[in-house]
Amino acid sequence: MKPILSLLWLIPALPLAAAALGAVTPRSGRRRAAAAAIAAMAGSLILSVLALRAALLNPSAHLYLNFDWFTLGSATVRLGWLLDPVNGLMCVMVSLVGLLIFIFSLGYMDKDENFARFFCFLSLFAAAMLGVVVSNSLLLLFVSWELVGLASYLLIGFWFQRPAAAAAAKKAFITTRIGDLGFLLGLIWLYDSTGTLLLYDGGGGVLETHALGLLGAGGLPFGLAASTAIALLIFCGAAGKSGQFPLHVWLPDAMEGPTPVSALIHAATMVAAGVFLVARVFPLFEADQALRSVPLHALTVVAFIGAITALLGALIAVAQEDLKRVLAFSTVSQLGYMMLALGVGSWTAALFHLLTHAFFKALLFLAAGSVIHAAHHEQDIRRLGGLRGPMRLTFATFAVGMMALAGVPFVFSGFWSKEAILHAASQWDVSSVPLVAALAGVVLTAFYMTRLVCEVFLGHARSEESSHAHESPPVMTVPLVVLAFGAVALGFLGTPAWPWIQSRMTGQPVAAHSILEGGGLMALSIVLVALGIGAGAALYGLRPRTDSAAPDPLAASMPRVFAFLANRMKLDELYAATLGRLNSFLAALSDVLDRRLWDGAVRLLARLGQLTGSLDREADIRGLNAGFDAVSSGVRRAGRAYSGAQTGAAQGYLRALALAFVVLALIAMWGGGR
Amino acid sequence: MSPLQLCLAFSSVLFAVGLAGALARSNAILVLLGLELMLNAANLNFIAFWRYGPASTPATGVVFVLFSIAVAAAEAAVGLALVIALYRRQKNIRLPEATHLKG
Repeated sequence: MKPILSLLWLIPALPLAAAALGAVTPRSGRRRAAAAAIAAMAGSLILSVLALRAALLNPSAHLYLNFDWFTLGSATVRLGWLLDPVNGLMCVMVSLVGLLIFIFSLGYMDKDENFARFFCFLSLFAAAMLGVVVSNSLLLLFVSWELVGLASYLLIGFWFQRPAAAAAAKKAFITTRIGDLGFLLGLIWLYDSTGTLLLYDGGGGVLETHALGLLGAGGLPFGLAASTAIALLIFCGAAGKSGQFPLHVWLPDAMEGPTPVSALIHAATMVAAGVFLVARVFPLFEADQALRSVPLHALTVVAFIGAITALLGALIAVAQEDLKRVLAFSTVSQLGYMMLALGVGSWTAALFHLLTHAFFKALLFLAAGSVIHAAHHEQDIRRLGGLRGPMRLTFATFAVGMMALAGVPFVFSGFWSKEAILHAASQWDVSSVPLVAALAGVVLTAFYMTRLVCEVFLGHARSEESSHAHESPPVMTVPLVVLAFGAVALGFLGTPAWPWIQSRMTGQPVAAHSILEGGGLMALSIVLVALGIGAGAALYGLRPRTDSAAPDPLAASMPRVFAFLANRMKLDELYAATLGRLNSFLAALSDVLDRRLWDGAVRLLARLGQLTGSLDREADIRGLNAGFDAVSSGVRRAGRAYSGAQTGAAQGYLRALALAFVVLALIAMWGGGR
Repeated sequence: MSPLQLCLAFSSVLFAVGLAGALARSNAILVLLGLELMLNAANLNFIAFWRYGPASTPATGVVFVLFSIAVAAAEAAVGLALVIALYRRQKNIRLPEATHLKG
């Protein structure tokens, strides 16, 4: 066993310790809390790099270390840590991006009086996320998963004095909880059919041949396999965390949290947990592929949900006026791409996109944070503008992030990962809907990102706040530069010509192709990107807006569509009108039932109780009391008589004992003892 | 007299001395001393029967006595603590005056 394996638990444990330290640090201990959090994160990063190095020595192996947690009856619950290239890469990504965001927060949260609490929560989040990544047991993963949800709740509601933040925190928690219920049910079903929740366990884990064969055979109604149902239940949890349609509604509202939180949780890591989960248990999702005649494969559902989410997020992002909300919906859309890639069977493309997206989306959010910080918390893009001059470094890094997200060809990482997804979607033989949705998303992504850059950085300042903006301090800009570097460089690890990431993740060599493999598709997507950027530049870049009250050029040409999109396709209203209405109806029904029916029954029972009670009382007073009184006064008299013998003089007792001893001895001597 | 009988006779004398002390003395410490004498008489019996008795099995008597000594030590600690508590209460340690536990 490799020594790094026995140290794997330290990766989540270090930030957890920092969180514990932060929790007991008083409000004045700002420096201590921040230093502990950053040091712990740096430690995790070093360990992660070592772990990744160890995992890359033998990419096809899954190294694990399992241990007993507790025994209940005959069932022993076992947990474990897992190390392979996939979670090694995830660990490095989470701890590196996390570390940069921690450092950025030093500057961004500088003026906040709850600085120490903020770092405590951030560390807790990092610990939980790393726990999700390194656990070899779905149970441990679920525990960490819920901790991630908790940390997210705490951080979205960090400024809980603002009602909107408190409401957004609750919305996020409850929406993801709906998905988690499905996840939990899936786990219970899985445990019931296989008797274990370990992923790998020397042939006995749920991702190994034996269990998969058991689950993948048809047996449910319509010839469905148990694995299909379990996979879809687990997918509910993943959809909740990863903001997939129809559970995406919490993600944009989560932007109420501080911007570093949006970067860390709602762009780079937490929302990636769902994608990571599906990729982790991918064999389970794939197990029903052998059944040909079933009406439904788990992966088909994943692909379609991903396609819907990718298109829907991109459409809504076009019409948002809030800097962070545009990015939030773009996150929804990109997560849709990842799910789509998983659904069409290319989990390596999904994870590749996850890694590149983590870098450029964290970059975009942090750059947005830098803008918001400089513009005194103004985040309405109509009131920003003209920031290119005063904030050169922020503008440059934001532009790198924008081009990576839009998929500007060849240089930026987003292009290569998106290309991998498009290529996988074009190979899918079930349906071409995901491919079409993904291509439509490419145009829209390029368009709305161009719009964002033009509105925020070009033209003239359109409000008091943005005209006074100045560049942020180095503690905020240095992480931006590092992330920008990652957003460019990471792409070259997964090009078709040198598919390093893909071959390391699968553990098998992937044949290198010419860069121009699938050249038609690539050319098409390049044309689409150019179209999107061109349209965006034509509408917003040539004649930048001069007045913050002027309508959006798109809104002027098609106001109704724009309003519909700006209202997020009225999905929140739809939920309020259907699910909310249903909930209120059920609540009212329960109220009526409770007050009239159950309350009446309870009152009737209470009356009955009262009646029998008074009957008993009468019987007691008249019939039984005399007898009990006699017995108890007898006991009292006897007690009084015997208490005379207790003189309190210890030697008196001893004397009685000695006398009794002598008497017994005499009896024994003269034959009484025979 | 056989060695067993000698031992038993000695332990009887020891026991009688201890009993007399425990009954006659009024000083709590001396009463405790009497109790210890009686305990040791009993221990002596254990050893004697083990050593000279009919079936001598390995170490049973010694083990009994070791336990008994351990218990006696604990008991002495409790007893001395009681004596101190008694002194704090009535400024002497005379047992005939210590009748607060009268029923």
